[in-house]
Amino acid sequence: MSSTTNTTTIGTIGAPSRRNTELAMLVFAVLIPVFAYVNVGLAKDGSVPAGVLGYSLGLGLLAGVAHLVVRKWAPYADPLMLPIATLLNGLGLIFIWRLDQEPSLGKAMAPNQLMWSTLGVAFFLAILIFLKDHRVLQRYTYISMVVALILLVAPVFFPGVNGAKIWITIPGLGSLQPGEFAKIIIAIFFAGYLMVKRDALALASRRFMGLYLPRGRDLGPILVIWALSLMILVFETDLGTSLLFFGLFVVMLYVATERTSWIVFGLLLSAGGAVAVATFESHVQTRVHNWLNPLELSNGGVTETAQAMYSFGSGGILGSGLGQGYSRLILGIAPKSDYILATVGEEVGLAGLMAILLLYGLLIERGIRTALAARDPFGKLLSIGLSGAFALQVFVVAGGVTGLIPLTGMTMPFLAQGGSSVIANWALVAILLRISDTARRPAPAPAPSTDAEMTQVVRP
Amino acid sequence: MNKPLRRVAIFCGLLVLALLVRVNWVQFVQGDALKNDPHNRRVAIERYSTPRGNIIVDGKAITGSTTTDSGDFKYKRTYKNGKMWAPVTGYASQAFDANQLEKLNDGILSGTDDRLFFSRTVDMFTGGKQKGGNVVTTLDAKAQKAAYDGLGTQKGAVAAINPETGAILALASTPSYDPSTFAGMSNKDAEAYNALQKKSDPDEPMLNRALRQTYPPGSTFKVVTASAALENGLYHDVNAKTDSPLPYTLPDTSGLPLKNEGNIPCKDASLREALRWSCNTVFGKISADLGNKKMKAEAEKFGFNDPGINTPVRASESIYPTDNRPQNAMAGIGQASNRATPLQMAMVASAVANGGKLMKPYMVDQLVAPNLNVVQQHTPQEMSRPLSPENAQKVQSIMETVVKEGTGTSAQIPGVTVGGKTGTAQHGENNKDNPYAWFISYAKTDKGTPVAVAVVIEGSDTLRDDIAGGKLAAPIAKRVMQAVLEGEK
Repeated sequence: MSSTTNTTTIGTIGAPSRRNTELAMLVFAVLIPVFAYVNVGLAKDGSVPAGVLGYSLGLGLLAGVAHLVVRKWAPYADPLMLPIATLLNGLGLIFIWRLDQEPSLGKAMAPNQLMWSTLGVAFFLAILIFLKDHRVLQRYTYISMVVALILLVAPVFFPGVNGAKIWITIPGLGSLQPGEFAKIIIAIFFAGYLMVKRDALALASRRFMGLYLPRGRDLGPILVIWALSLMILVFETDLGTSLLFFGLFVVMLYVATERTSWIVFGLLLSAGGAVAVATFESHVQTRVHNWLNPLELSNGGVTETAQAMYSFGSGGILGSGLGQGYSRLILGIAPKSDYILATVGEEVGLAGLMAILLLYGLLIERGIRTALAARDPFGKLLSIGLSGAFALQVFVVAGGVTGLIPLTGMTMPFLAQGGSSVIANWALVAILLRISDTARRPAPAPAPSTDAEMTQVVRP
Repeated sequence: MNKPLRRVAIFCGLLVLALLVRVNWVQFVQGDALKNDPHNRRVAIERYSTPRGNIIVDGKAITGSTTTDSGDFKYKRTYKNGKMWAPVTGYASQAFDANQLEKLNDGILSGTDDRLFFSRTVDMFTGGKQKGGNVVTTLDAKAQKAAYDGLGTQKGAVAAINPETGAILALASTPSYDPSTFAGMSNKDAEAYNALQKKSDPDEPMLNRALRQTYPPGSTFKVVTASAALENGLYHDVNAKTDSPLPYTLPDTSGLPLKNEGNIPCKDASLREALRWSCNTVFGKISADLGNKKMKAEAEKFGFNDPGINTPVRASESIYPTDNRPQNAMAGIGQASNRATPLQMAMVASAVANGGKLMKPYMVDQLVAPNLNVVQQHTPQEMSRPLSPENAQKVQSIMETVVKEGTGTSAQIPGVTVGGKTGTAQHGENNKDNPYAWFISYAKTDKGTPVAVAVVIEGSDTLRDDIAGGKLAAPIAKRVMQAVLEGEK
């Protein structure tokens, strides 16, 4: 199996499969949320919660099956991604269940979330089993463009929820947030398109004021798609996702063309876009205002932003302990989704919050590593697109909730309540795992050939 | 493609780093400020999560705690005879924060004070719940009751001090309020609170008149003026004739007369006779002769113009003004811009009674930890010496004449030496509002001087003459003094 001769590609020098490492870490990834679950129960009513056995078995089973499938169908895949995703998802379930204990926050959501997580893992398994090679996705470049557009346009025809039109409701099934899926599909489209056009984009360009401007026919389609998706998102008042798409677009273009000018171009465009949107959208102005004055009182009461800040501050370094915080003071439905980090910060403190942020950092790092290791440009572009989108999403949500940047309203991947988000992120991890499997798989042993003999005879 | 990939990796690393820096900033650097922000509801939840310690008078708690089943807050404050004690305790409300002693000693009462660290740590190990400590006051329940009952339905205030220590014995203010009515946070509590606000009740029941309301002190201020005359050597003998014309014209005016109340013998009257009859002409002239500076200096020795009289509840600043000559003459008889709190006037009486030594008034004797260890013990402190002992004797002697055969006869207590001074302060433009009736006094026995008291009643009827103070306020002062004396026996 070992191929010690190949030194040209990262990670292929006799790469061990690392499946046992993954298994060992999965044990932790299951045990930690189980302990957390017991902890919440003990803190809330002094007894071990009744569901703990079912929960441990369920989470253990999900992780176990996922592990076996990875072992069988993606044996060389990155060993860290599955444990991190499992841990984040498991902790997310605990935090949602913990918030379910607060009657003021509405009906219980943890059981649904568990169902969606199961579906997410099933989807993850399906992708690993049926997607033998990620390059297959390349064939669907334009189809994915169409699908992404449809997904993005669809919510316009459904009623908005809490001011944002980002949902489509399927009778009897509940609602779906297509933006989460569009994130992956548009990355596929960008990767496929840029892989084909990257040389043209990078080289056949005119220099204009120090920037390389590509020809319209190369840039055209992608610019149109991007502009369309942005516009749709603005009409749906889903700024987080538009920011995400924009970042995704710039990062992938930059990686594909290797031209720094794209970054400059992207920053200029985003600055212009931000100013333009901020002048037209009143709710953007409100958010910027809340960001600049987080503790301001409105109508004599404390705002949601201030409540989140108080949650973080009251958590301090070590936190109040699971189940012993008062993040329920952030009213509404947001505590379980957008604001779930506030509960994390309050109950497990700065230490716990940093640990969770580092888990995200690690997951992103593994994704980018996959991009570096990938041997085909499509794989590189797709994995950097997916990891970049993931990184931006984490940054926009965590930055928004902690007051680093204005709040834009997106879900914290894996942690926050929301079916679409969980499923989409499991799919995202599955695709990354598939690419990393391909990347880390040892190169097939060279065919016995006289050309590869140790000593070659120079033939005449 | 790897070079841009590495750069993107660095960029993503920076994003995560920025988040880490931010959460450190919020949770570590700003953490304590956010945690203790008054708008952070956790502060209140914490405060009401355990029974609050009590405020103690004469060894008995005048406050209590009860459990509530509504909302975040587990315990609610209760008050025993809340209306009577409100000027002492202040209030602690789940919805409306706290004030006065409840607020100032919140750390001790709620058990979060650093000085209770030891007791808290023990609780933590023994598994006991955090408990609040107690605040032991100097108040005298009988004197307080006498003061509160004496005021009755009239609008006014009483402050009584032990001249020898400065310990506050009574602090009553009417109309009053019951802090129990809005200790919780239901709509009923909010209604009760709003009904007590100035805009719905012009009588301002929540105003602590004994400490926080200043009035023109009227003739009671003549005690200060007499002290100033003696201290500055303007007169030496309280029985010698003064150089006082009748009628007396205010200085620097074109013949504006300073009138006396009624036809009283004030021409060249001695200090004793002048105080006995409450001669405006004599004391107005003394003030004018001494000048604004000297008058102000003496008033300040008694505690005027001091914005920081903390008992520990801060008393409003009493004012002896910097002013021109005619106004200064008026200020010398307790009119014009002269303003004093009832506590201030009780301090005047107590300094005279205590041989010229003014003790710092205080009402918290001890702060006690839940395990009954004394956390803090107040020791009486001298604040200033407005009078020499000899001059104090002289002022005492003329104040005693006022009660024996002057305007203050209604404060006489058999077998006890009582010194006092009545006052009726004109009020309102052109004197058209009801005047304030004042009385300040002290009581002395062969064992010491246990009480000095000031009573003010806001225009309860139309009596305008100087007798008003004697008629309305003096009997209340008498009851308070009697209550204290009975306790002494």
